[in-house]
Amino acid sequence: MAPMGRGRSGGPGGGRGRGGDDKKGDGKMGQRRGLFRRRKVCKFCADKIDDINYKDVKLLSGFVPERGKVLPRRISGTCAKHQRVLRIAIVRARQLALLPYASD
Amino acid sequence: MTRTYELVYVIRPDATEQQVADLHSQVEQILGRTNGTIVPKSEAQQAFGGRRKLAYEIGHHKEGIYVLEVINGSGEVVRELDRRLKVTEGLLRHLIVRVDEDQIKAERARTKRKAESVRRRLARGLPAERQPGEGPQQDDSDDSNDFDSVEAEA
Repeated sequence: MAPMGRGRSGGPGGGRGRGGDDKKGDGKMGQRRGLFRRRKVCKFCADKIDDINYKDVKLLSGFVPERGKVLPRRISGTCAKHQRVLRIAIVRARQLALLPYASD
Repeated sequence: MTRTYELVYVIRPDATEQQVADLHSQVEQILGRTNGTIVPKSEAQQAFGGRRKLAYEIGHHKEGIYVLEVINGSGEVVRELDRRLKVTEGLLRHLIVRVDEDQIKAERARTKRKAESVRRRLARGLPAERQPGEGPQQDDSDDSNDFDSVEAEA
């Protein structure tokens, strides 16, 4: 469960940000914290990508999981600044049918 | 006030070359009337255009012909272009985006980063530019070396 829960499904409680915060101190959360987790870094900061462009489907599709939604920051590790720009790029790409609005 | 815009439009997949060319000249005409100009196509632009699979069906079409144009002009140009494209037959989608500000921002970020790296390098007593063969080796070059050796053994 644990390795799967780390992914997009979030597992129990993973989808609810507030619930997770409240449970910070309790046993279940503590256990998960104990696991080794790689530190997430913003891809755009690390790779020095200055313009996040709606035409770059290859780049954007990495932030659009199966379902077609925008991958949240808590999972992708993108910094706030770049997530804002990324969101706009994804929305534009959707308009042009480069990315799906929804799939499955 | 001239600004730079990007115009992308998606044409029905069953359009002929002639129809695609017609649309292009139509855009040029509108620009001519509103004092806009088309920036000559760059290679990246060409690469983006062409036939692509759509991410979702639009009016039972599964593919579309993408065309990207870069335009210099005022807001008037965009308004007129948008109005005309909306009623143009054979177009599945179109999008006009202002790009000059983003380009300036990206450029600024690049120069800032460059200046910062030069400053830090000088502070460490290194030459301002990165020397060849300095720092960690590139990943892909390592990979290709591995490949070579494997092939040599086999």
